[in-house]
Amino acid sequence: MNAATQPRPQAPRDEAYNFAYLDEQTKRMIRRGLLKAVAIPGYQVPFGGREMPLPYGWGTGGMQLTAAILGAEDVLKVIDQGADDTTNAVSIRRFFARTAGVATTERTPEATIIQTRHRIPETPLHADQIMVYQVPIPEPLRFIEPSETETRTMHALNDYGVMHVKLYEDIATFGHIATAYAYPVTVDERYVMDPSPIPKFDNPKLDMSPALMLFGAGREKRLYAVPPFTRVTSLDFEDHPFDVQKWEHNCAICGSHESFLDELILDDQGTQSFVCSDTDYCAQRVSQGRAVQ
Amino acid sequence: MNTLIEVRDLSKTFTLHQQNGVVLNVLRGLNFSVGGGECLVLHGHSGAGKSTLLRTLYGNYLPAGGSIRVQHQGEWLELVGAAPREVLQVRQQTLGYVSQFLRVIPRVATVDVVMEPALARGWKREDAQARAEHLLARLNISQRLWQLAPGTFSGGEQQRVNIARGFMVPWPVMLLDEPTASLDDGNRQVVLELINEAKGAGAAVIGIFHDRLAREAVSDRHLDMTPPDLDPQAPMASSVKETEEC
Amino acid sequence: MNAAQQIDRDAVSDRTQPLLKVRGLTKLYGPEKGCQDVSFELYPGEVLGIVGESGSGKSTLLSLLSGRCPPDRGVIDYRLADTHKNAGQWLDLYSASEAERRTLLRTEWGFVEQNPRDGLRMAVSAGANIGERLMAQGVRNYQALRAAGLDWLNQVEIDPARIDDLPRTFSGGMQQRLQIARNLVSGPRLVFMDEPTGGLDVSVQARLLDLMRGLVRELDLAVVIVTHDLAVARLLADRLMVMRRSHVVETGLTDQILDDPQHPYSQLLVSSVLQP
Repeated sequence: MNAATQPRPQAPRDEAYNFAYLDEQTKRMIRRGLLKAVAIPGYQVPFGGREMPLPYGWGTGGMQLTAAILGAEDVLKVIDQGADDTTNAVSIRRFFARTAGVATTERTPEATIIQTRHRIPETPLHADQIMVYQVPIPEPLRFIEPSETETRTMHALNDYGVMHVKLYEDIATFGHIATAYAYPVTVDERYVMDPSPIPKFDNPKLDMSPALMLFGAGREKRLYAVPPFTRVTSLDFEDHPFDVQKWEHNCAICGSHESFLDELILDDQGTQSFVCSDTDYCAQRVSQGRAVQ
Repeated sequence: MNTLIEVRDLSKTFTLHQQNGVVLNVLRGLNFSVGGGECLVLHGHSGAGKSTLLRTLYGNYLPAGGSIRVQHQGEWLELVGAAPREVLQVRQQTLGYVSQFLRVIPRVATVDVVMEPALARGWKREDAQARAEHLLARLNISQRLWQLAPGTFSGGEQQRVNIARGFMVPWPVMLLDEPTASLDDGNRQVVLELINEAKGAGAAVIGIFHDRLAREAVSDRHLDMTPPDLDPQAPMASSVKETEEC
Repeated sequence: MNAAQQIDRDAVSDRTQPLLKVRGLTKLYGPEKGCQDVSFELYPGEVLGIVGESGSGKSTLLSLLSGRCPPDRGVIDYRLADTHKNAGQWLDLYSASEAERRTLLRTEWGFVEQNPRDGLRMAVSAGANIGERLMAQGVRNYQALRAAGLDWLNQVEIDPARIDDLPRTFSGGMQQRLQIARNLVSGPRLVFMDEPTGGLDVSVQARLLDLMRGLVRELDLAVVIVTHDLAVARLLADRLMVMRRSHVVETGLTDQILDDPQHPYSQLLVSSVLQP
């Protein structure tokens, strides 16, 4: 356990690959795209996505962004469903350790770049950190408008009436806004953005965050960004305001009542247990002696 | 006399493009005017153009030449060459037209068919409904029919519904195309009363009545529309005579 | 009755001016394919029918008028509503920005498609279909949207209990009525209709026509309706434009065109209709 919480020292880089796998021209192209994305918060910038040595849907968009911004001094953390120890997180971390020789960590405060799928860490981010999100479908209007030309026009003209149609449908069907993840937000009071499949529990962490947020979609070849200290508001109705998930339970390991919990089924009788989805947050609380008795 | 409609040198031709462009001169050189409280009856054989004249006055047929002027909301308005929306305005406020045929609109209840001209003028619904029910009762339309669409009614019932609709609102000028045709005596009497009431209220009436009793009951003057001879080039010699003279 | 007359007088200034001024409108896809040199004015509350055979340019003209396709030549001027920030000013439709045209199309204008599947969002409920224009205008109160949905279902004679059902569970006639509700919820002044009764059974047509007649009068809508059905034209339109091979060959009062057509083609069109 102790070993896992210490940053892994810089390993020698595999010289057979260019630094961080991608060639320098591609990285420059992506960085130019990122500069534009930061300049127009929430706006989707097309980029010439490259083939990565793993399939679409496994984080190729996020990996290309990480490769483009990674420096030799960076400390990388990769999470998948909040956990550092799942297959995808482990292999992406090892991929950059080998091709870029950077230090990796599971500790949120120590990381300078955090590539993520599905979560924003519970531990508050700070100003010199960059979050890189893996995005499957970057277009928040896609569910109702199949034409890319049309959705681009709708973004350009601030024509977002249909976004509330989805929320209306939720209330009509379930009595409340049932959209639980990829919950649409307005960035800087202008562009409507898909915050990637994070739970809506994490949406408030996007608002006025001191960290830079970068989003990459590999299959769709789009990237977008939320600069530090930008207003990010979740869409809602006056009489059905935005609200995050709450649990009756505490984490079975660390006892936290503030974090996002995963439900575990322990046996065939259906015995439930709830644990933190953010493994690093949970482990830190345990090591600080807050474990339940 | 207070003239409400004035017709000068009115002519109407039909060009039948489907039949080698045959041109029919139906009306030529018509001149007459009708004042408030007066009834002008059109005389002439079948085919003399009586109905054509009424339809031309109503704007349903397009005149070939001449002038039709009506007093519309205190001003003279020329109907020949008027814009469609002006004609519709005149039809809403000034010019009423009653034929013996009801144009049935599917699904619309009888009482609503009758009320329509009043609602178009902005009457309150209660007022319109009261007047419509009064007229339907007077014209002996059974109360159980009022809420039904008149599509399935007998010919006589449809005709009386149409008359109720025609007399729903007061018209300064009324065009009547055989409103009493084929009605029984009782109902004919009601229609003649309605016409005389309209005249009493100051309406100028132009009508076609085939039945002599009806004609005598309402007519003040008549317009003879029988062509003088068979020469198609000769001007149509129509003349307006006082009823007493014929 | 005095109150009604008062309202009439207040509305006079608005009603004496045209809503739409069209001059020399031309869009040709080939010789006599499309429409050319169309000019007319449309006044508030006026229903204009465009009739003619298939391929005569009716639908082309409708797309030009409704801002969907720029013309080769010609100008369309629209007088903005009193609620607009440029109240009463004339807007040159194709000099205006795409944003202005779109705003117009979902606020002061409506478009009823022949096929309700083109005009409805089939994957969302009837209530959401009706509420979409309001949401686009910034209504963010669920209860208000709900109330508008129920009210409009009632007005178009659909059982309000079906507010949460998908349009695909509705019959063709109901879908068409839902499409009308979806357009009218924003209180438009001008509605374009492309063969609105085209795909419906005759019995269903009658109900829809009756409903449209009532709504047009109640809401004082100006309507441009394309139809090849002369009975529909007679029932709904105040006046008609007869089109043939991209030209307008005759215009006039509806009953005058149908009962006393002047142009050889209008006569052919009217005499070709079977009388039931």
